[in-house]
Amino acid sequence: MSDHNNPGGLILLTLRDRHLALGARFAPFAGWEMPLQYTGIVAEHHAVRDGVGVFDVSHLARAWIEGPQAAEQLRSVTTFDVTALAEGQAHYSLYCNEAGGIEDDVFIYHLPGDRWLVIHNASNAESDFERLRSVAGEAASEVTADTVMLAIQGPKAIRLLGDVLGEAIPALNPRDCLEVTWRGESVLFARTGYTGEDGGECIVSAEQAHALWDALVAAGATPVGLGARDTLRLEAALPLHGNDIDPSTHPYEAGLGFAVSLDDGAPFTGREALAELKDQPRPRRLAHLAAQGRGVIRAGYEVRERSAAEAVGHLTSGGHSPSLRRGIGMAYLPAALAKIGTELEVDVRGRALPVEVVRRPFYRKPRD
Amino acid sequence: MAYEAPDHLLYTNDHEWLKRDDDSPDEVTIGITEFAQEQLGDVVYLELPPEGTALTVGEPFGEIESAKTVAELFAPVGGELIGVNAELEERPELVNESPYDEGWIVRVRLADASDLDQLLDADAYQALIPEE
Repeated sequence: MSDHNNPGGLILLTLRDRHLALGARFAPFAGWEMPLQYTGIVAEHHAVRDGVGVFDVSHLARAWIEGPQAAEQLRSVTTFDVTALAEGQAHYSLYCNEAGGIEDDVFIYHLPGDRWLVIHNASNAESDFERLRSVAGEAASEVTADTVMLAIQGPKAIRLLGDVLGEAIPALNPRDCLEVTWRGESVLFARTGYTGEDGGECIVSAEQAHALWDALVAAGATPVGLGARDTLRLEAALPLHGNDIDPSTHPYEAGLGFAVSLDDGAPFTGREALAELKDQPRPRRLAHLAAQGRGVIRAGYEVRERSAAEAVGHLTSGGHSPSLRRGIGMAYLPAALAKIGTELEVDVRGRALPVEVVRRPFYRKPRD
Repeated sequence: MAYEAPDHLLYTNDHEWLKRDDDSPDEVTIGITEFAQEQLGDVVYLELPPEGTALTVGEPFGEIESAKTVAELFAPVGGELIGVNAELEERPELVNESPYDEGWIVRVRLADASDLDQLLDADAYQALIPEE
């Protein structure tokens, strides 16, 4: 069933031949032809929760800002005080508009020599890069097409990465980043991810990408597609831009206040609005809902009070949680209904499925 | 490799299969095909009506949820629902693993055996589905 041609001008992955050989089923995503699944979403999901999975996430846009002004330039467009990041550290941040709405969520790496790498969502790649260009001009450069980005995630990921990339990897703390030399070439590594598991993300040149992918798979990493990436991030209650956060939502109601620095006093786009929003009561909050009966709650479904006719919100994301074996999802709800333990219902195509508001994340790693 | 569609079964355009009971020819077992389960991906939940429900040919009678989507089940024949595969409550993945055997979905007592005349044989069904 997989379409072996290039359907509708999608961007094809450098490692497409590897995905094809593994029997991937592809789906278009934000202009890219992406592997949706190889053996099956649920099996791939468990491979990451129990062992280690490798994801081709090359659709994420990658841009450098370089030079002595780079930190200040980045600070002026992102919510987090990146100037406080030491060399070799990475952090989550946001691009907001003047009203404090979230234009994108990003990851920023500080590398030695005044070099900063920013990871953008594929769907916002163009406007995000424009934003960097507007403050950094030619000092901002995009390397998405020249590199491949792989995520290696799961309880066994760091051990495997130590074997493949060297013992510098297990020595890193969470959110540390480092350039390692692998087979004579530089690979950028960060101990980050989007699954709620330990692990990391690698950026490697397109020329060396096949060799690294092969080495990771040979070392025991299970290839995992976009389908399981979504169930994993949902269980970890990590927001997806375009679903759970967008230009009409602000960081505080989305539970992302940790990504906004106001104390340093530095100006950045959206600062005034965010400073006001921070101290205001929040009429609505992003709530985390878990089904109490059997059934799957999905994005767009209506949330209601029990036995009520009126919607109090709609799911921004939802799905079946393979780890918890029940439906989970997120929705912006009036603050009074977003309290942990509140019992609500979701309209599952005409059937009222009872749900409750739960703490995030939905899934927590079992302790050793 | 083509998708499996055993010769002794009857099929619908909606990718369901139907097997006539050897001993009670007015009773049939219904499931979804190998092709259908492959398209759906991992089945995680089935919403099925209780035994005794009257089914009307061509009308939806249940839903099948996979990790990525939901599909309706259509009654391939009219009649009374006389059995639901209780095993699927705990192990919905049987629909993926064994679509023609352990993953059967419901049993129906036919109201009108001529409904069967509208169904496809294995060759006609194979012609409907793409090569893998």
